[in-house]
Amino acid sequence: MWRGCRQLLWGRSPLARFPRPPPAAAGRGPVGSGGGRAYAPPAERKRFYQNVSISQGEGGFEINLDHRKLKTPQAKLFTVPSEALAIAVATEWDSQKDTIKFYTMHLTTLCNTALDNPTQRNKTQLIRAAVKFLETDTICYRVEEPPALAELQKNEWDPVVTWAEKRYNVAIGSSTSILGPNIPASTKETFVSHLASYNMWALQGIEYVITQLKSLILSMGLIDRHITVEKAVLLSRLEEEYQIQRWGNVEWAHDYDLCELRARAAAGTLFVHLCSESSTVKHKLLQD
Amino acid sequence: MAALGSPLHTFRGLLRELRYASGRPYRDTPAYRHIVAAFRAHRVTSEKLCRAQQELHFQAATYLCLLRSVREHTALHREYHGKGERSPEEVAGLVGFRLPQQPGGKG
Repeated sequence: MWRGCRQLLWGRSPLARFPRPPPAAAGRGPVGSGGGRAYAPPAERKRFYQNVSISQGEGGFEINLDHRKLKTPQAKLFTVPSEALAIAVATEWDSQKDTIKFYTMHLTTLCNTALDNPTQRNKTQLIRAAVKFLETDTICYRVEEPPALAELQKNEWDPVVTWAEKRYNVAIGSSTSILGPNIPASTKETFVSHLASYNMWALQGIEYVITQLKSLILSMGLIDRHITVEKAVLLSRLEEEYQIQRWGNVEWAHDYDLCELRARAAAGTLFVHLCSESSTVKHKLLQD
Repeated sequence: MAALGSPLHTFRGLLRELRYASGRPYRDTPAYRHIVAAFRAHRVTSEKLCRAQQELHFQAATYLCLLRSVREHTALHREYHGKGERSPEEVAGLVGFRLPQQPGGKG
């Protein structure tokens, strides 16, 4: 999806999202100036706006960068149904200093995906893709060796599986074989019908969280507010954490991946909650 | 239910992250106003177990996790992965060489 954005940087496509970048901002070619440098990374898009604000249009809330309206990579107008989500996206754009780092703007990416639907999937295909993860769910795959890791998996993952089984009234189980657990069809049916109750935007978010955490059960735990994001990420990376405890932490790899996974999972969960909630304020009368 | 900690902690963490994210005028941002209003609105309730309050607290904790991890991720990226390629002079300097100066250019 961001390939479309890269095209924007090089000023090729007629998308009206940004004005054409001046020649100085375009990346240098294979032969650089002066020292004959072979490859220079493409220059990042500089921050070209001062203020980010929100306005309400017919379809929902829109983001304004100075006086320009934000558009998706496919040049549709960027509208979100929820005000809190619009505020969060505006904060993302506002927190870009000097250059715009698209890889940090997870909520914007999710909104763009929901608006454009670049993979052209309908609701049934999304649900099918999400439930398919159950067959290869991370927390259903157990090891037998080393015993410390097997014990850790049992202690940490079993409660979540039990919670999911009780909450959805299904049978999931876990397995140590290479083929994975045998998920009965009724379990899949239950999840399919449960996921069908979410709207299209929330489903995009749910599928995103499942893909990041590699587990349907952990994602459901997040959506149902049973576990926090930090805990879900920890459970998803349980074996890595075990190895880090054993062999040591490598900051530029382990912490980097941890922060990235946390950011993505948090963005996905927040997106789902903001897209599927409808809040009403009931004022209690003061009794005097 | 998740071990979320106290709402005050989450609130203060959110304000700190907003301050880092936007610089000086963070009190004017819509995010600040929205969060303050949301926390104020859900604070007073006579119910023992207020579901809406816990929902809000979970959302706030999730948003805090998002802001914090994005900030740490960019810091790590800048520190370890953002340097780009070294120039030929720097590469030669790594092993203690200097590139030859050829007045007429190479070749």
